[in-house]
Amino acid sequence: MAALTPTAAPAPGGTPRRARDPKAVRVRARRRPRVWRGAVLALAGLYFLVPLLSSFVFTVHTPGQGVSFAAYTGILSAEGFTRSLLLSLGLAAATILLALLLAVPALVGVRLGAPRLRPLVEIVCMLPLVVPPIALVTGVTTVLRWGPDHLSRTPLYQTFLAVQNESFPVVLVLAYTVLALPFVYRSLDAGLRAVDVPTLVEAARNCGASRLYVILRVILPNLRSSLAGASFLTLALVLGEYTIASLLGFRPFAVWIVSVSGAQARMSVAVSLLSLLITWALLLLLSRAGTRAASATPAPPAPSGTSASLTSPASGKE
Amino acid sequence: MSLTSTATEDRPEEGTTSTTGALVEFRGLRRAFGPTVALDGLDLTARPGELLALLGPSGCGKTTALRVLAGFEQPDSGEVLVDGEDITRVPANRRDAGMVFQSYSLFPHLNARDNVAFGLRVRKVSAAERRARAAELLDLVGLPEHGDRYPHQMSGGQQQRVALARALALRPRVLLLDEPLSALDAKVRLTLREEIRRLQLSLGITTIFVTHDQEEALSMADRVAVLNAGRLEQCAPPAELYERPATAFVAEFVGTMNRLAGRLTDGGQVEVAGVTLPVDGELPASREVEVLIRPENITATADPAGTATVVSASFFGSVTRVLLDLPGGGSVKSDVPSRDAGELVPGVRATVEPARRPVLVVPAPGSGA
Repeated sequence: MAALTPTAAPAPGGTPRRARDPKAVRVRARRRPRVWRGAVLALAGLYFLVPLLSSFVFTVHTPGQGVSFAAYTGILSAEGFTRSLLLSLGLAAATILLALLLAVPALVGVRLGAPRLRPLVEIVCMLPLVVPPIALVTGVTTVLRWGPDHLSRTPLYQTFLAVQNESFPVVLVLAYTVLALPFVYRSLDAGLRAVDVPTLVEAARNCGASRLYVILRVILPNLRSSLAGASFLTLALVLGEYTIASLLGFRPFAVWIVSVSGAQARMSVAVSLLSLLITWALLLLLSRAGTRAASATPAPPAPSGTSASLTSPASGKE
Repeated sequence: MSLTSTATEDRPEEGTTSTTGALVEFRGLRRAFGPTVALDGLDLTARPGELLALLGPSGCGKTTALRVLAGFEQPDSGEVLVDGEDITRVPANRRDAGMVFQSYSLFPHLNARDNVAFGLRVRKVSAAERRARAAELLDLVGLPEHGDRYPHQMSGGQQQRVALARALALRPRVLLLDEPLSALDAKVRLTLREEIRRLQLSLGITTIFVTHDQEEALSMADRVAVLNAGRLEQCAPPAELYERPATAFVAEFVGTMNRLAGRLTDGGQVEVAGVTLPVDGELPASREVEVLIRPENITATADPAGTATVVSASFFGSVTRVLLDLPGGGSVKSDVPSRDAGELVPGVRATVEPARRPVLVVPAPGSGA
């Protein structure tokens, strides 16, 4: 998406320039919005770039000592970096899996079988947006404290311990799944809106497909880009989540960054910058995976048909 | 073309050898959606190999009947038989019926060839055979070059052709068409209509075609079943339906109809617009009646001494439809050959005369019958 906006913007502005030569009066009237557009873009760019650049300068430049990349070279060997990053990535993968396993069957089912339940599902899925993480974590802590007290004589006691296992805290996956639900819902809902699910299901059933076959071979392939979108949003959320993890006493990536900032301020900022880049890279990768499904479909016929090559870029945008 | 050859050519799979169409029977079908009754005891039979059109206003139950046959709706009561076998409880994916939907229903992530071959893939037919059969079917619907195209790269008409090929891929015993042309523009609709008919005739497949467009139904079908409020009004060949409508509903739904006030005579005839005509069908109890006459059975001629007044004239090509006000109130439409319609301009006086042939009568609205 981000890559498309700059290419799309010059096109409408570029064509009138050639056309407007004869009428000089209109030129000024048209140039004004272009100037404004540039100004707004520059302001927005500054807003994002200045902090990033200052951070970067802070990490490499020490007053009086010159430029050094020690903050970056030290990251990999820093204590806890690999472990916390791997933990975060693992949590993200588990959260994505769980959230999709919950949301996809629910949304498809509601669309096919019980359209009246749709508002209910939407409300349930959007609810986490209005619950602040701090409130969520308070609730989770209460349950975690209450559980062992009251269930100490039952097998569930072990479950409570296992859920809080330091090396892979399942309780965080559960909490993150709740937090991710609104984003997953929005993304999947948009994807489902784009296809006529009931008709496709009926068409596939008419071709002899069982219900499971229809879901796996017809519905999911058409949701590929929105599945990728949901996954990315969840990944970004889990990588950057601090409140819950920190208050529950776990040390995934975000918590680790904050904890090193006290002792090694430069490195902490350097890691933040890097994590930003990593997130962007993952975002790009995932959105590529999503759009490739969409753009790969128009691609094959392009060499054979001339009209096909004209239509494919336009349709790829949507 | 190669239509006939492909229809009877090699059929590698056993079990689907029924080249001749199947007999389809609806028996006492009832289906209600809450308070709305979509099917109210529908009895209807489609003969083997015929194209049967289900025609009716929206909400008359025609689509529901088709969806019951496809297995997408369960009737509250009644049964559906194909070749005498009750299939009412057979799940949709095991019914031997190919369907073309009203909305574009191709799988967006598959190209035309894979769309057509989808059902074969479900049945685990080998890849080579799938390819061959898909190519054969795309050829059949006139899109041999479009196998690699994706749905969004095709026009609406092309998409519906592919959908038709997909519906035929499994060699179904029955072909179901649910207003497949309604989303297309007029010109494409006409050509595709003819092509569907030609294909259907060459394959000899029993086809049920749902439409609300009477022209479509009359021009394509072997027989037309007119449905109203979930019941069958009349099922007859197009010409009979038009010439001898069984009920007033059919008479007015199919084609254009004039309703003129008339009076029954003692001899079982009816007096209307100054002439006495024989009555077709049952005589109502009351003497005050309305007579149903088609515009082409009314002649209008310019006549200064005439009692009717021309209100408007619309040119339809070979005929001009003239709307006239009658002296006693009410108006009448008359189809006049365009070459004779020159004098019939608005404001001109004219005489109106029904053709001397049997007419359908219904009780007049205020007669209490």
